[in-house]
Amino acid sequence: MNAPLATFDCRQAFAETLSALARENDRIVAVCNDSVGSSNLVAFQKEFPNRLVNVGIAEQDLIGVAAGLANGGFIPFVCAAAPFLTGRGAEQIKADVAYSKYHIVLCGMSPGMAYGELGPTHHSIEDLSWMRAMSGLSVLVPADPEQTIAAVKWAAAADKPIYMRIGRTKVPSVSAGQADPFVYGKANVARGGGDVTVIATGILVSRAIEASERLAAEGIGVRVVNMSTISPLDEAAVIAAAKETGAIVTAEEALTEGGLGAAVASVVVRHHPVPMRILGVTGFAPTGSAEFLLDHFHLNADGIIAAVRELRG
Amino acid sequence: MGTIGTLTSVEAYPTPDTLSSLPRERRAALLYRLAQTARRSIVEMIGTARLGHIGGDFSITDAMTTLFFGVLRLDPANPDWPERDRFILSKGHCAASLYSVLAMRGFFPTDWLSTFMQPLSVLNGHPNRKIPGVEANTGPLGHGLPIGVGSAIASRLSGKNWRTFVALGDGELQEGSNWEAAMAAGHRGLDNLVAVIDRNRLQQGARTEETNRLDPLAEKWAAFGWEAIEIDGHDHAALYEVFTRPGRGKPLAVVANTIKGKGVSFIEDRVEWHHKVPSPEQVKLALEELAR
Repeated sequence: MNAPLATFDCRQAFAETLSALARENDRIVAVCNDSVGSSNLVAFQKEFPNRLVNVGIAEQDLIGVAAGLANGGFIPFVCAAAPFLTGRGAEQIKADVAYSKYHIVLCGMSPGMAYGELGPTHHSIEDLSWMRAMSGLSVLVPADPEQTIAAVKWAAAADKPIYMRIGRTKVPSVSAGQADPFVYGKANVARGGGDVTVIATGILVSRAIEASERLAAEGIGVRVVNMSTISPLDEAAVIAAAKETGAIVTAEEALTEGGLGAAVASVVVRHHPVPMRILGVTGFAPTGSAEFLLDHFHLNADGIIAAVRELRG
Repeated sequence: MGTIGTLTSVEAYPTPDTLSSLPRERRAALLYRLAQTARRSIVEMIGTARLGHIGGDFSITDAMTTLFFGVLRLDPANPDWPERDRFILSKGHCAASLYSVLAMRGFFPTDWLSTFMQPLSVLNGHPNRKIPGVEANTGPLGHGLPIGVGSAIASRLSGKNWRTFVALGDGELQEGSNWEAAMAAGHRGLDNLVAVIDRNRLQQGARTEETNRLDPLAEKWAAFGWEAIEIDGHDHAALYEVFTRPGRGKPLAVVANTIKGKGVSFIEDRVEWHHKVPSPEQVKLALEELAR
């Protein structure tokens, strides 16, 4: 049996990258809602005390202040727990960020069910649905620290409104050693295969790879597509998967209504209808740790394997 | 259209530099005439569009003309000049007043005004940043002050020292986001930030004090760490003096006591004129009153 893979919390990679970018670009500021610690911004605050704007526990003000900073020429990275950032500040994200076309990077910390036992109030399973509905807002879900670093660097120079998940749940690396771990708007084919495609995002990518490897031992070729840009979606990769493998499973730590699965389905139904299974969170979670809840909703290799078998009849 | 057609080019209007050298009374008289011109433009825009918010347009017109012609450092030829002062119309439904003043100040041709709310016009029913001189996409209430706080922080961080003015409706202050922003501005002592509260005491459906009481309003701002001043919001000399005052270590809340619909007798202080549209005959009568 192999030794367990080393796993990483993406927040540290995020914070170190943000500090490095801030050293090179004095327009970069961090804006937070009493979340200096939970966003791993203690070192940033120490190094750039004036460039960390903590508005207190006030998410509407948080996003409005970021818009004012962007109006004044700064590039705000807004760091707040994903459920409160996207839920409490939704209208500000719509009017002040997306409709205003500001270069603001909304960083949804500890998304999905990372807060486990704290319960559905603190889970962010709706964010992908809500943020996909914002016209012109890019939605990113890096799968590991390497992707997080590359996506943050891209976002600092992108000059557009961006929402990005920054994971708290520890994940193994799925893109270590790749020259371009994150390419905006492009899917990354993590494993080749011709029988079924699993399109996964975030922490589900490593689980999809495990499923692919286990099914390969049975002679079933499962393509794994790491979809780290949810909006705009890489439609060509989805169409290729439909045409070349004839069946698609999607997997995400988000509501099955409105997230990655819905985005993929809308492409599939328009261009090349094939059978699909959409794996995700199906409602408010019961009490349990993040890991327990992922298993509860079958968001693991076993769940992905079961969906692949279903599609193959 | 009469007034819009006769709005003259920017050279005819004063700027903060020319106004600052005038004696107090002459300056106030000039600002009054500019405000009446803006009101005539607003009546025509709304009369043509058959849509708009004339009551709140008229109550904020005097403060807005004082700011744009007497106070704000702007370059209409270069609307994105990084060091410009910022004006944010948080009560975005009063777009007609902002558009009129922006056109008079030279940000875009005055003939755009006759396209207000027409299909595909850039002049939407609420301001957006596609229009030269518009700083924020407002309309949903309670958005302007947080953006103003961010702008005031950016001014300090960049060392460029522009000032930020946010015009708020009084009914709008029922939105909690204003108080999040007020608390943050008071905490930070943002004395480069001015909130202008259009205290006309009416909101869409009824009087503010019957709907969700705001008084004592100046005291609320003071309790949040602001310097709060109450003035007559139609007194151009008073508006000019308070807006040109140097900062004193705290953000400044100007509670401008106003009359909704100010300037036209049959529109003044009547709740239905929040967004009632004047008939062609009423447009004519209003223009006559506003010619004085």
